[in-house]
Amino acid sequence: MFNSIPQKSDPFPGSAPVPEEKLNKFKRGVKGELPPRPQYKLRDVVIRSEAASDLAQKQNARYDLMLPEDAGFLEGDEDEDTCTISQDDIVDAVDITAGAKYFSLTLSQFGPYRLDYSKTGRHLLLGGRRGHVTCLDWQSKQLMCEMNVMETVNDVKWLHSEALFAVAQKKWLYIYDNKGIELHCIRKFNDVLRMQFLPYHFLLATASATGFLQYLDVSVGKEVVAICTKAGRLDVMAHNPHNAIIHLGHSNGTVTLWTPNQREPLVKMLCHQGGVRSVAVDKTGTYMVTSGMDKKLKVYDIRAYRPLQSYFLPAGASCLSLSQRGLLSAATGDIVQVYRDVWGIPVTKPYMAHRAKGSVWGVHFCPFEDVLGVGHGEGFTSMVVPGAGEPNFDGLDANPYRSAKQRQEWEVKALLEKIQPELIGLDPSQLSQVDHSTWEQRHVDRVQVLGFDPLAKEKFTPRLKTKGRSSSGKVEKRKKQVAHEDQRDVIRQTVEDRMKIDKERKEKEKKKAAAAGQKSALDRFRK
Amino acid sequence: MRVKWTNVEPCCVFCLIQGGSDDERKHCKLLEAISEGDKIHLSDLIGTLDKTPSALIKTKKQLKNLQHNQSTLETPLTRKETEKIQREVAFEKTSKEVSRWQSVVLQNQKAEQLVFPLNQEPSGPKRIEQVVAGWKAQTPLEQEIFSLLRMNKQPLHDPVLTPTEEASLRAMSLEEAKIRRAELQKTRVLQSYYEAKAKRGKRIKSKKYHRIQKKVMRKEYLKQFDEMVKTDPAAALEELKKMELSRMKERMSLKHQNSGKWAKSKAIMAKYDDGARKAMQKQLEVNKDLTQKLVIPADEDEEDEEESAETLPDFVNDVEPILDQVNPWMRGKLSTEPMMEESNRLHPPVWPREVGKPGEGRDDQEEDEEQMEETEEESLLRGFEERRKLRQTEDVKVAPMTMEENDGKVIDIKAEILEISDDDEEAVEISDDEEALEVSDDEEAGLSNFTSLFHGLVNHMEPPADQPKAGPGLGQGESPALLEEGLVRVRTLEDVELLSQDISASDTALLTTRDLGTEETDTQSATQQADKKRKKMIDPNEVLTKEAKVIEMPLAPTAVEDVEDKEEQRVIIKEAFAGDDVISDFLKDKRKQEEAGRPKVIDLTLPGWGEWGGLGLQPSRSKRKRFRVKVAPPPPRQDQKLPNIIIAEKRDSSIAAHQVCQLPFPFENPIQFERTIRSPVGRTWNTQNTVQKITAPKVVTQLGAIIEPIAREDLIKDIRQAVTGPSINLESDQGPQKKRRSQQKKKHKRKKN
Repeated sequence: MFNSIPQKSDPFPGSAPVPEEKLNKFKRGVKGELPPRPQYKLRDVVIRSEAASDLAQKQNARYDLMLPEDAGFLEGDEDEDTCTISQDDIVDAVDITAGAKYFSLTLSQFGPYRLDYSKTGRHLLLGGRRGHVTCLDWQSKQLMCEMNVMETVNDVKWLHSEALFAVAQKKWLYIYDNKGIELHCIRKFNDVLRMQFLPYHFLLATASATGFLQYLDVSVGKEVVAICTKAGRLDVMAHNPHNAIIHLGHSNGTVTLWTPNQREPLVKMLCHQGGVRSVAVDKTGTYMVTSGMDKKLKVYDIRAYRPLQSYFLPAGASCLSLSQRGLLSAATGDIVQVYRDVWGIPVTKPYMAHRAKGSVWGVHFCPFEDVLGVGHGEGFTSMVVPGAGEPNFDGLDANPYRSAKQRQEWEVKALLEKIQPELIGLDPSQLSQVDHSTWEQRHVDRVQVLGFDPLAKEKFTPRLKTKGRSSSGKVEKRKKQVAHEDQRDVIRQTVEDRMKIDKERKEKEKKKAAAAGQKSALDRFRK
Repeated sequence: MRVKWTNVEPCCVFCLIQGGSDDERKHCKLLEAISEGDKIHLSDLIGTLDKTPSALIKTKKQLKNLQHNQSTLETPLTRKETEKIQREVAFEKTSKEVSRWQSVVLQNQKAEQLVFPLNQEPSGPKRIEQVVAGWKAQTPLEQEIFSLLRMNKQPLHDPVLTPTEEASLRAMSLEEAKIRRAELQKTRVLQSYYEAKAKRGKRIKSKKYHRIQKKVMRKEYLKQFDEMVKTDPAAALEELKKMELSRMKERMSLKHQNSGKWAKSKAIMAKYDDGARKAMQKQLEVNKDLTQKLVIPADEDEEDEEESAETLPDFVNDVEPILDQVNPWMRGKLSTEPMMEESNRLHPPVWPREVGKPGEGRDDQEEDEEQMEETEEESLLRGFEERRKLRQTEDVKVAPMTMEENDGKVIDIKAEILEISDDDEEAVEISDDEEALEVSDDEEAGLSNFTSLFHGLVNHMEPPADQPKAGPGLGQGESPALLEEGLVRVRTLEDVELLSQDISASDTALLTTRDLGTEETDTQSATQQADKKRKKMIDPNEVLTKEAKVIEMPLAPTAVEDVEDKEEQRVIIKEAFAGDDVISDFLKDKRKQEEAGRPKVIDLTLPGWGEWGGLGLQPSRSKRKRFRVKVAPPPPRQDQKLPNIIIAEKRDSSIAAHQVCQLPFPFENPIQFERTIRSPVGRTWNTQNTVQKITAPKVVTQLGAIIEPIAREDLIKDIRQAVTGPSINLESDQGPQKKRRSQQKKKHKRKKN
């Protein structure tokens, strides 16, 4: 005991462990069993690829954002609803830079405004119904251009960067640069009412009064497809950021889902008894929120097409917008309400409310900022909504602080990584799957050529044995034995699985019980 | 013969010495000398031939054969055939040569990354001697320094390592260690194989095989022994001692003494069968051989006497006194009495219960039996001791509990316990030597009695203590009682009551559960029926039935929307009337889609053809039925259970152009392939390091370097490298290996099954 020299040993040997949650965050697909040993070549390939994906997962988890910013929310005092807190109160309470985000532009002349924030959230585009189009760096309030197109403006939309924007005017679709110079007048796109831009596909999707859904490839300036929806005037539109599917709302209460690859809607959902007034889809592509003429606000799980929640708004919501963190803004007349977590526990009260000066025409959450832009009859109001924006941005994807050089570089890379419109589908991971129908057809052909199925499981043929052990009865018996063995294997597997699940469940319960049964310090005073 | 020639020799030498003056004279002299010396007769010369006739005969025979053999020589093979043979030989040779490369090729195919040229010089700092080859110490200072260094055996060229250090480094490199390990592994494996083989051999049941084996072994052993006598007498002596020991063992054992079952059967047959007789005799001979004392020349006399004394009673060990005069080997038998004496001498205590003949070979068995019995006794004693201890502890336990309760019962129980133990002892006494099994049975029975009693006691005592807590329901204390129902001995009225309570409680529990179950099933069946009754058609009442929650609004909208009043009006009217219309329209649409998706029945009936045809005539129903081709129903629609959803069933084929439709080589089914491409490779989704590792090229070549084919000399080196395995080290490399091992285990399991 005494003669042993105390050696310093590393208390944390090896590399630091990666937390399970983070690993799960970067989990892609499921690992399977290795192929049997005789197929050593296949086995090698599989082993190698598994090792590679493990490495990728681990490294990604290790280098995931460290010290991420937390999103904070508004918290009221006792007996105080957060919805009664006015913007002025908030501005008084917050620092000066955050306070500067609450402002309003009085533009009463050119009537209700629609708006759009660029992908990085730095730039704001406003389009007044009576032809006033302006874009500005809203944080520094620096005006980039301002003009009147002398025509009705139905909608405005930034394209992939803050250098270009599209304006849907009375007759045609126009594209301007940020100096206000008209670059294109696209005559193929007429009577456009609403527009959506798919940033990774470089597609501008437009819905027109004539019932046409059209896709414009912005990178090459070509119309990809024009689909006649046969559903009348299309003035409700949203896109699913997860899979780039366009959602259209119709006057018969249905919402239809579209891709540029199919002439019919992928899915048709009956959402409201009256017409649909607005649709919004959340960032993860899980939830869809719709509001209709029946003054209802409905939340759907868009993956299973099941209604989750249904709310009744006394005035009905005309415009909906979902923020990056899942806040929902709904405009009812001249009031903008913001709801928190509408798909979870049913809400009874809005999180925030704000009265605009005129009736609201367009609402839009600003990316990466706790800001909601409201376009209304008397101009534009930017209101502060704590907890709306994603605090941790991906600098390679959308960097709000990027320089001109970085923007250029990003543009080139984004163009190189452009996703073709054919890849748009309900399941974005479909590309990583083998084209089953073709493969099956090929396989059938192969079987026909070979005369046997090379992939079929080998049928058991009992060996010929001598001395009367190969009598038909014995052979039958042996066959049965093998069949039984196989069946037993299957059963064993299922039982094992079930046991595993049971065990896990029990452990969970135990943990729960342990957590519940933990003694608190105050228990000693309990009688 | 040799002697005679030597006699001649001196003459010749003499002649040679004389030199060559005149040949004739010399010749004459030589002749004289020969004639004068011992005369050599022809017979002397030929006589030797008689002594070694074999060679001559052989040659004679050969000559004769040649004379007799009149067959001609075979014609040489045709050119074609010779070429074929040559080709075959050449093929074998070259294939052998080529196959040497196989492992290298396979290794290269398997390798994750190959770096060419293959034998690259290691990068990093080079030695001084390599850099400055022709440099010499010139100045006196330099020379002095170098001499000093040399004297102290300090490194001259490589400034880091001394020669000793280098030697130690060179002692065993990693590769060598690996090779050595592989060798060791191989030897181990070989050993295990050998062991397995030996085991297999041992398990062979054939007596003949073993007999032959033994014989062979014995012969070899003898041979070895003979050699050992010559080479290593000490070891031989030891061997001798061993032999002696084996002899003693043989004498002690009953082997080869014709006392076994086989021998007895043969003895019966021996009268009529010569073969049996011989076999028995052989056995005895073997015995004799084995028990024969080895003659050691040093102390012959004493040994001899002893030997005579000891070799005699060998046959004595025969069990059966077969009084057969025909068999000569039976005559030398001694009477049984001396043996008896001997046995008595060995085992002075008399076994009173022993019944049966006092056989000669019995002593060994008896010894065994005695041992067995001893052990049994010991174990029994131990058991008693344990039981005593248990009893004591139980008494201690029971006592305080019973102090509060009624004493009399406890005493009763105690008495019974004692009785039981007494019984046990008695049983043991009775079953003294042979009935060990019975003893154990009795013991067990006693123990079980005992435990049951104990349990009963405990159970009996527990309920009053537990009752207030547990209540009439299913307490924890009662469940073991239920389990051990069979063991409880009902002794008092109270016990009976308790039991009935138990039973009734359990019964009621069962009943209640049953009732619950039936109720549940009833409700389930009811719902199922309802389900069945439900039409396939969607009820419009079910669409859009989710109840809406009213949201309170802190602010009421004051401003009137800018939409024109007329439109607003219209919208409101529409809203009021739309409700049902929208839903029914939607359902109609859905039904239409379903109809469109359903495959149509193909009607192939032709008018006429066996019937009257013409205007206004319908083919008969049976005919129409026969020619109607039914198509298999399509898989159920995705929106089958979603009343307010229509999902298009048409497959989107646009993505198919970008998907993989043909699997690359090693893959056999799509699932395997999909698993390998499940994680993305690009920079957008991975860290820089990962991307580099994942997308490392399969072949790396150095720019401007000449890449030469692998030389034959590198072959062995390459194989060594293959052992170490050049691979891109992924961090999680260990995972799959572990998995492999586990899978192997699984396989083993399956094999066992």
